Amino acid sequence: MATIAIRDAHVPEPPSTPDRAVVVFQHVSLSFDEKVVLRDVSFTLLPGHTKIILGASGSGKSTILKLILGLLKPDAGEIWVHGSRIDRMGEDQLMAIRRHLGMVFQEGALFDSLTVAENVGYKLYEETNEPLEDVRQRVEQVLGFVRLGDQIDKRPSELSGGQRRRVAIARAMAYKPPTLLYDEATTGLDPITATTIDEEMVKLRDVENVSSIIVTHQLRDAFFVATHEAVRHGDQIAITPADQDKSDQAEFIMLRDGLITFEGNAAELRASTDPYIRSFLS
Amino acid sequence: MLRLLTNWLKNAIFAIQEYVQLQAATIRGVFSRPFYFHDVIEQLDSIGLGSLTVVLLTGFFTGAVLALQSGVTLDQFGARPFVGRLVSASMIKELGPVLTGLMLAGRIGSGIAAELGSMVVTDQINALRALGTDPVRKLVVPRVLAGFLMTPVLTVIADTVGILGGWIVAVYQLRVASSLYWQSITEALYINDAWMGIIKPFILGYVIVTIGCYVGLNTKGGTQGVGRATTNAVVAASVAVIAVDYFVTRLLFTLLY
Repeated sequence: MATIAIRDAHVPEPPSTPDRAVVVFQHVSLSFDEKVVLRDVSFTLLPGHTKIILGASGSGKSTILKLILGLLKPDAGEIWVHGSRIDRMGEDQLMAIRRHLGMVFQEGALFDSLTVAENVGYKLYEETNEPLEDVRQRVEQVLGFVRLGDQIDKRPSELSGGQRRRVAIARAMAYKPPTLLYDEATTGLDPITATTIDEEMVKLRDVENVSSIIVTHQLRDAFFVATHEAVRHGDQIAITPADQDKSDQAEFIMLRDGLITFEGNAAELRASTDPYIRSFLS
Repeated sequence: MLRLLTNWLKNAIFAIQEYVQLQAATIRGVFSRPFYFHDVIEQLDSIGLGSLTVVLLTGFFTGAVLALQSGVTLDQFGARPFVGRLVSASMIKELGPVLTGLMLAGRIGSGIAAELGSMVVTDQINALRALGTDPVRKLVVPRVLAGFLMTPVLTVIADTVGILGGWIVAVYQLRVASSLYWQSITEALYINDAWMGIIKPFILGYVIVTIGCYVGLNTKGGTQGVGRATTNAVVAASVAVIAVDYFVTRLLFTLLY
């Protein structure tokens, strides 16, 4: 399978930070009216690493991604993305930060009025001066990547749920952001397609050094991403079981009622004796 | 009871503040980059051409019924030949702008609220923001510009077909001579009437579309919320058309006459 060169001229390099962290949460709290969604949440995502956020529905997982994008503002705490503190930024400043982030929304959030090609190439068509031919080529490339090359001129309403999700992933990948946020990216996909998506996440992380935050309920996919790595052999890229160092770069976070109840690697998660985590894993 | 009233007042003030903020962002979006030109063209077509049928039918039958009703009344004074005066004055100064406004409130106010509301509840607005697009510039500015520019055009068309409708009734039912009808129309028309008839639709178009956009972008509660937003947009825009028409008419009377 062909892979995609992630670094390109049209995406400016993210600003460097003293500790080179991609995303930093420091004591972040958020409530909606009376309901506390996040309480004192702190974590750091390093370049090329993966954070996998697990938790029951309503535990605040997706909220973390929306906070990173600046779609929501925290009540307290600090959020740093690519070296910039974003929790006090206005919408105009956030637009510059969002160039470095790609997001796969829970239900795809595809634009109904646009074709698959227009959806995938949306940012390149609308927000860059890329030649149309180059954009079309890139769109075909990423759609091939998620095996939807033959659906390019269809409308989202003509696609199945799984296909819509894959188009959403293609859209997030299309402009080659250095950080990708996946909100339940594999939920609703058949196991074969889900594995394909898992492999793409691994490839993007290991070959192209894309940092990622994965919010998921799918433990199988979470552990696949955490315990595999992509290795380049000439033109080919193979997915193999990860060594210990690589596995340690994928860190799990378990959320419960807005609180982080666990933070560690796959082996530590499996070994946890916490009753809530045990019931979640079983 | 007092708490309910306080909450209602707070929400109302908050809504007005957000509506004003949306308008400020829209005006800023009109005069600064990025500007989505092809979306403006698309909306000009959707709002302008798309509303043509409803405006043609409304205008025609309003003019026709106006001639019919006023013909009967004027008969009592032996003034049937002046039916054209009543039709042209009523259509151009008042009925053309207001009825076109009401039709557009129903058609585009609801359409915009439903479309933007659906985009909100399916996370498409968040997706736009995540992709680096300001939803106000991409969605609101083109619609507001199209509503602002096309409402006067549609009003002039409604006025024209209304006068034509009146002519058909005057000539074939009231048996008024065609030349007399057209003569009385031109005699009754003053340039200030035309100004009034053309200034009002700009303001009404702007109000209808900004209300539709505001209500749509503030949709909450899934598909049920979209339905509620659509109804709210039509009701609010229709009431606003009547109210704004009154205040603008008063202002124009002061300025023009």
